Amino acid sequence: MTEMGEGGHREIGLSPRLLAEIRSGLMRMLPQVIAVVAAFIVGAVVLAVTGYDPVDAYAMMLRGAFGDIYGIGQTLTKATPIIFTALAFLFAMKSGLFNIGAEGQLVIGAFAAALVGISFDGLPALIHVPLALLAGALAGGAWGFIPAVLKAKLGAHEVITTMMLSYVATYLTSYMVNYPFKAPGWVAQTVPLDPSAQLPRILPPTQLSASFIIAIILVALTYIILQKTTLGYEVRASGLNPVAAESGGINVKRTMIIALVVSGAMAGLGGAGEVMGVHDRFIEGFSPGYGWDGLAVALVGGLHPVGVVIAAILFGALRSGGMTMTRVTHVPLDIVVILQSLVIIFVAAPMLIRYLLRWREHKG
Amino acid sequence: MNIIDIINVGLFAATLRMATPITLAALGGIFSERVGVVNIALEGMMLTSAFTGVAISYYTGNPWLGVLAAVAVGGLLGLIHAILTVTFKGNQIVSGTGINIFALGFTPYMSQIIWASRGASSSVNSIKAISIPILDDIPIIGEILGNQTPLVYVMIVLAFIAQFVLFKTPIGLRIRAVGEHPAAADTAGISVVRVKYLGVVVSGMLAGLGGVFLSLGQLSLFTWGMTGGRGFIALAAMIFGRWMPLGAFGASLMFGFADALQMRIQSLGLLPPQMVLMLPYILTIVALAGVVRKATPPSDYKPYDKG
Repeated sequence: MTEMGEGGHREIGLSPRLLAEIRSGLMRMLPQVIAVVAAFIVGAVVLAVTGYDPVDAYAMMLRGAFGDIYGIGQTLTKATPIIFTALAFLFAMKSGLFNIGAEGQLVIGAFAAALVGISFDGLPALIHVPLALLAGALAGGAWGFIPAVLKAKLGAHEVITTMMLSYVATYLTSYMVNYPFKAPGWVAQTVPLDPSAQLPRILPPTQLSASFIIAIILVALTYIILQKTTLGYEVRASGLNPVAAESGGINVKRTMIIALVVSGAMAGLGGAGEVMGVHDRFIEGFSPGYGWDGLAVALVGGLHPVGVVIAAILFGALRSGGMTMTRVTHVPLDIVVILQSLVIIFVAAPMLIRYLLRWREHKG
Repeated sequence: MNIIDIINVGLFAATLRMATPITLAALGGIFSERVGVVNIALEGMMLTSAFTGVAISYYTGNPWLGVLAAVAVGGLLGLIHAILTVTFKGNQIVSGTGINIFALGFTPYMSQIIWASRGASSSVNSIKAISIPILDDIPIIGEILGNQTPLVYVMIVLAFIAQFVLFKTPIGLRIRAVGEHPAAADTAGISVVRVKYLGVVVSGMLAGLGGVFLSLGQLSLFTWGMTGGRGFIALAAMIFGRWMPLGAFGASLMFGFADALQMRIQSLGLLPPQMVLMLPYILTIVALAGVVRKATPPSDYKPYDKG
């Protein structure tokens, strides 16, 4: 009792500063929170107009996502690849680049990891797992390197090139699993990974795997790289004001290339985690659009690594709870994508949120 | 059929067809960028309009009403993009991405509700090809131009009109002024905001027309994600054509040729379809990389703040 009391006392001693920090953090998140709420309101209108009960749909979604341990495990499972792609978008964005091709980087990384996972028979897991993860990161990084060089050397806009490369990745991997690496049977997938290349499940019977732990480590690493290292400083400076950064002695083009390669590698690592932890093989079309989820999550998370985790869990909940919702209420699962797009649209214009708030104040 | 047989008059007729949605969307891109707003939402506008056209044709039986509705919906999405980026000065890429993802969610959602399938709609009345009497009789040219969907002719006419409007009319001058030098345009008494709205809404309408060409001009149904990145290819065509309507038309013909060639090679069955399907995307990257250094955008795309 005394010990706990003392602990509590120490906590209270620290609390004003901590509270102030939490409060300022929350204030910074306020536009994003309002954007999410606004998206759900518009989503409810869409549901109502198309003949569904929004309250019912949202309640089912919530129950599916957080109702029991299984639901929570599946929510975190779906959040995992989104954390990777969100960090990918965030890292490139900090350098001033719009990497909208995380989907392709994820897919190509997933396939590279699968390739390593089905090769090298009899390798110890201690080597096989890191090797497959590395392959995923390298492939994703290569997919980021191409648009990065085209941007730095030739000025080709990364929005177009990363998007085009996404299509290339989709078709390339589709070819791979329909022809040279197709497992027997009629599903377009590879054979299962060697057990030594599989990531352990950490919350059976859910699909939550060690990939989630890797994602959280990557969140911390991203924060440290961006805030505490020279590279992070150069990335942020290039993003904030490339001209000033250049005259301050930073090689902006080189920084952009590094940022986009790191970004692609992060998405690729996420793809590797899906293959090695969730599906245990590469299946064509395994990603329902995690690349786009990541973009939305990075924005909703206020381009902050911690914000990303919170927003990723929200979007993971949409994905996992959405399935429960569809099963029970028959609302098409694509409402999840609509909600996600609405969040992005509301986040796009913070001034709109401020305007809406003021309007409500005047009204009320 | 062998490799030589691919190259025939039919290929060029197909090139013109495949270039139509890309040209229309590229014209849309030009009108938006000329007023200083980046519109990467072309893809989503095309997709939403492709769906809308089919839905309206399904309910009314009239494909032309579908086209009208598609153009209107494209314009509506343009209006939303303008509200977000011009009035509320939101990030243009983020807003555009939001609209693209909206289309990716909204179209299969509605398709599921209307036709109980998120993959494809029912078959509906589409726009029929027409043969133009005299043109039809000219050898080669007649075969290429003579028997196309009316929307193909509309596309060609619009490309010339857009070129004329932008460079030979007072409103074109205003559009370019607003993109290039909004402050000066403002001083000269031009309503910068109004011209920006006009450009972005027209952009959406043109993209919408391009989108509905895919569903009602080329096919007679809507399929999931049927635009397949053509909105982004259109952006590349716009840059390749240096933000000039006729230049973009020329670039679109090149991309249309790649698309037509891709379909023909596929029909030969010599290569796996995926390998061939990649071609237009790779060509887009190569084309963009080859040209952009020499291409100067017509605006710095910053939101305009009236002093």
